Amino acid sequence: MKHGASWGRYPTVEQDTIPLYWRDQPLPDKPSMLAYGQGRSYGDVCLNDGAVILPTANLQRFIQFDSDKGILRAEAGVTLAQILSLVMPKGWFLAVTPGTKFVSLGGAVANDVHGKNHHRAGSFGCHVSAFELLRSDGQRLLCSPEQNEDWFKATIGGLGLTGLISWVEIKLKPITSFHIDQQVCCFANLEEFLALNDVMERDWEYTVAWIDCLAKGRKLGRGLYMAGNHADDKELAIKTIDEPALTMPVDAPGFLLNRYTVKSFNTLYYQKPRKHVSNVHYDSYFYPLDKIAHWNRMYGKRGFFQYQCVIPMAKSQHALSQILQAIAKSGQASFLSVVKKFGENLPPGLLSFPRPGITLAMDMANRGDKTLRLLDQLDEITMQNNGAVYPAKDARMSGLAYKSYYPEWQTFSQYIDPKFSSSFWRRVTSSTGQQ
Amino acid sequence: MKNILILGATSAIAERFAQRYANQDCRFYLVSRNQIRLDNVADDLRVRGAKDVITESLDLTETSGHNHFMTSVIGRLEHIDIALIAYGSLSNQPACEGDSELSLKELNTNCLSVISLLTLLANVFEKQASGCIAVISSVAGDRGRQSNYIYGTAKGALTIFLQGLRNRLDRKGVHVLTIKPGFVDTPMTQDFKKGLLWVSPKSIAKGIENAIKRKKDTVYLPFFWRYIMLIIKFIPERIFKRMSL
Repeated sequence: MKHGASWGRYPTVEQDTIPLYWRDQPLPDKPSMLAYGQGRSYGDVCLNDGAVILPTANLQRFIQFDSDKGILRAEAGVTLAQILSLVMPKGWFLAVTPGTKFVSLGGAVANDVHGKNHHRAGSFGCHVSAFELLRSDGQRLLCSPEQNEDWFKATIGGLGLTGLISWVEIKLKPITSFHIDQQVCCFANLEEFLALNDVMERDWEYTVAWIDCLAKGRKLGRGLYMAGNHADDKELAIKTIDEPALTMPVDAPGFLLNRYTVKSFNTLYYQKPRKHVSNVHYDSYFYPLDKIAHWNRMYGKRGFFQYQCVIPMAKSQHALSQILQAIAKSGQASFLSVVKKFGENLPPGLLSFPRPGITLAMDMANRGDKTLRLLDQLDEITMQNNGAVYPAKDARMSGLAYKSYYPEWQTFSQYIDPKFSSSFWRRVTSSTGQQ
Repeated sequence: MKNILILGATSAIAERFAQRYANQDCRFYLVSRNQIRLDNVADDLRVRGAKDVITESLDLTETSGHNHFMTSVIGRLEHIDIALIAYGSLSNQPACEGDSELSLKELNTNCLSVISLLTLLANVFEKQASGCIAVISSVAGDRGRQSNYIYGTAKGALTIFLQGLRNRLDRKGVHVLTIKPGFVDTPMTQDFKKGLLWVSPKSIAKGIENAIKRKKDTVYLPFFWRYIMLIIKFIPERIFKRMSL
């Protein structure tokens, strides 16, 4: 058994590792397995404590690329970074991209990831045209919106539990430049954010806002709105980074991140003079944190939590204020809090996280019970307001909370491969916390 | 356009090596036993920009087929810029100790069959008076150790053969490269416990490409193995024989 952890470095598990090398290879005969891509989810959806994980990093072959139509088929272990290096010089981009490009294609499907263009493009799964699902009984199911449609819907956002995704075919979007035209503006509170968002969404393909979650009172919910569009300057020949240029070589000491340092950072960041309109490289617009390998070490040895929830539009302002107040009151600092409005697109997967409403994401150093209590409190607010929390970023939600966020979980259960499981799934469906 | 011949093309190191060259205006001739996996590798190289990929499934340890095979290679590639020999098997030492047939089989896979191919290839390269013959040997061939001396014997003999070949072909303008990787995380070493010294096949492939560009004779990958092996070679035999390395 080997020591394992995901990006948030909490929890830590002991699991066996059986790497996969070829897509024609049968699955090993083990009672409990789980595919493991790049380990960039934050909690335990990619972990399988006491059992087996199947690393897919060596399933990294491209299969077919139609550069006229923008359709790419590749093995599930290929990363989005590898895809971008291949397709961008030919004028294509990912139809949807999360905030890091160092995730695997299989992981992007299994977590049905989303990006800054959700209000227009929906989630990653909306652009998947087909994939192969390898079941532990040896069956290979070709899944698409037309074929094995129920398996297709169960596997998108299905947290890797329906079997091994061996390859995926995606539809890309055409671009004419590596650059992004970016516009940044301030907003003073949540109300202003919502008003600004309504205007900006019409003209901007990518929208996201950073929020100062330590500001209180009148400043509650102040932040910076960042909008972007693909530029049209015909610049497709710029170098792209395949690997991070910098690395965080050791763990930062835990005391570095406290409410005072984060508060000063947030105040300075909010007030930093910046150009309102600029033309930036796509890496710095979409993947600012990819420049630093192991940035998760910033939070020290104990790791950190992410909390990402979505609240339906009608209740969003009220619920988000409550959440921000609770965080400000607890004084548990978050550097990176972002808000974004999700569009009306129907989620493509049975257990997809993105749904219409406002989503708020933040990270928090692990300070033990104190942090867990705060997160439980945030779950109370999310549950009361018919929201949901994102499993890919979770390491602690209760079974009760999960089942209220994902009422389809029982329908989904029938698609789970009998020999697949995860630490996350056992945690949220175990009998404790059942209604 | 460059013509690249890869023997053992489905090995993890060979595959990463080919991927590095795929967008450099290359034509590949890939050989390995398994046609389905060869096709997987070939499709990937085509998507990455390879100009042409020829595949042939063949058991290269069967030396009787080598003459016929080389004729077909020359028939299809008029010139070979790089030939990489990357196949091999990590011998099970305790099993070899109890089975002389198995020992000989391992020697054939990792050494004799390679020497047979190199003999034929050398003449092709000598005639064309250019190009690079790159062969994956191993740090295990630097000194015989109780834990894997059958594998070590094969790789050691191969290393000496390559020295001789280099001495013969250098004056003809042919580059002969001996590659000595340390611990590499590949299917061949799947069952080993991995520590600090282990590296990915991707980084070995990068090292091979650099060594070819710089016309190195012997390259240890990663570089620190040169010093580890230097120390191991320096230990006097009367002490070494009591150690369990």
